[in-house]
Amino acid sequence: MEKKLLYLNRRAPYGGIYAQESLEVVLIGAAFDQDVSLLFIDDGVLQLKKGQDTTGVGMKNFSPTFGALEMYDVEKLYVSRESMAARAINERDLVVGVTVLNDAEIADLMDEQDAVLSF
Amino acid sequence: MSILHTVNKSPFEKSSLESCLKYVKANSAILLIEDAVYAALQGTEIGERLGSAASEVRLFVLGPDLRARGLVDKPLIETIEVVDYEGFVELAAQYDKVQAWL
Repeated sequence: MEKKLLYLNRRAPYGGIYAQESLEVVLIGAAFDQDVSLLFIDDGVLQLKKGQDTTGVGMKNFSPTFGALEMYDVEKLYVSRESMAARAINERDLVVGVTVLNDAEIADLMDEQDAVLSF
Repeated sequence: MSILHTVNKSPFEKSSLESCLKYVKANSAILLIEDAVYAALQGTEIGERLGSAASEVRLFVLGPDLRARGLVDKPLIETIEVVDYEGFVELAAQYDKVQAWL
């Protein structure tokens, strides 16, 4: 039976491995035909900042992968308006098209899931 | 003694930069590296507070970490200076000691 799965991303991209690990799990999980959503709140919104260039720090820039998620039928990307505002970024700063939600809408999104996977 | 304070944690997730700002003394410097570089952006609460500390303290941010995070197209607080790894080494040599806020 198809389940509603929400990947909850709350970390900045390069300070730890959470962000990259989340994306790995999303790609693996995409093979199982579930109803998948990705939500970015708190520092997680920073993962989607466009223009990332990691050549100077010796790490892999995984942000282009967000643009390829559509090919894996992962099409529901949600971002917190409040989290972006607190960090002085906006929708135009993002590497991929997303749905921007306020806090009440985010609570509803979490509420309607069968499971939430946190990173 | 003059101190180079390095901060490497996101100011939105950890209190490292807040604590650093509380204890930093005049004639010292703060260098933002890794996830702390997000504090260098204009238009955030922490950025404003950091910027106002510049009357007494010199502020630096590591360029390669800004670039990795896609921040080169965003305005930085005016009182902060971007340095590369060589600049990091020069600062470390120039100050009496380095204090890391992890």
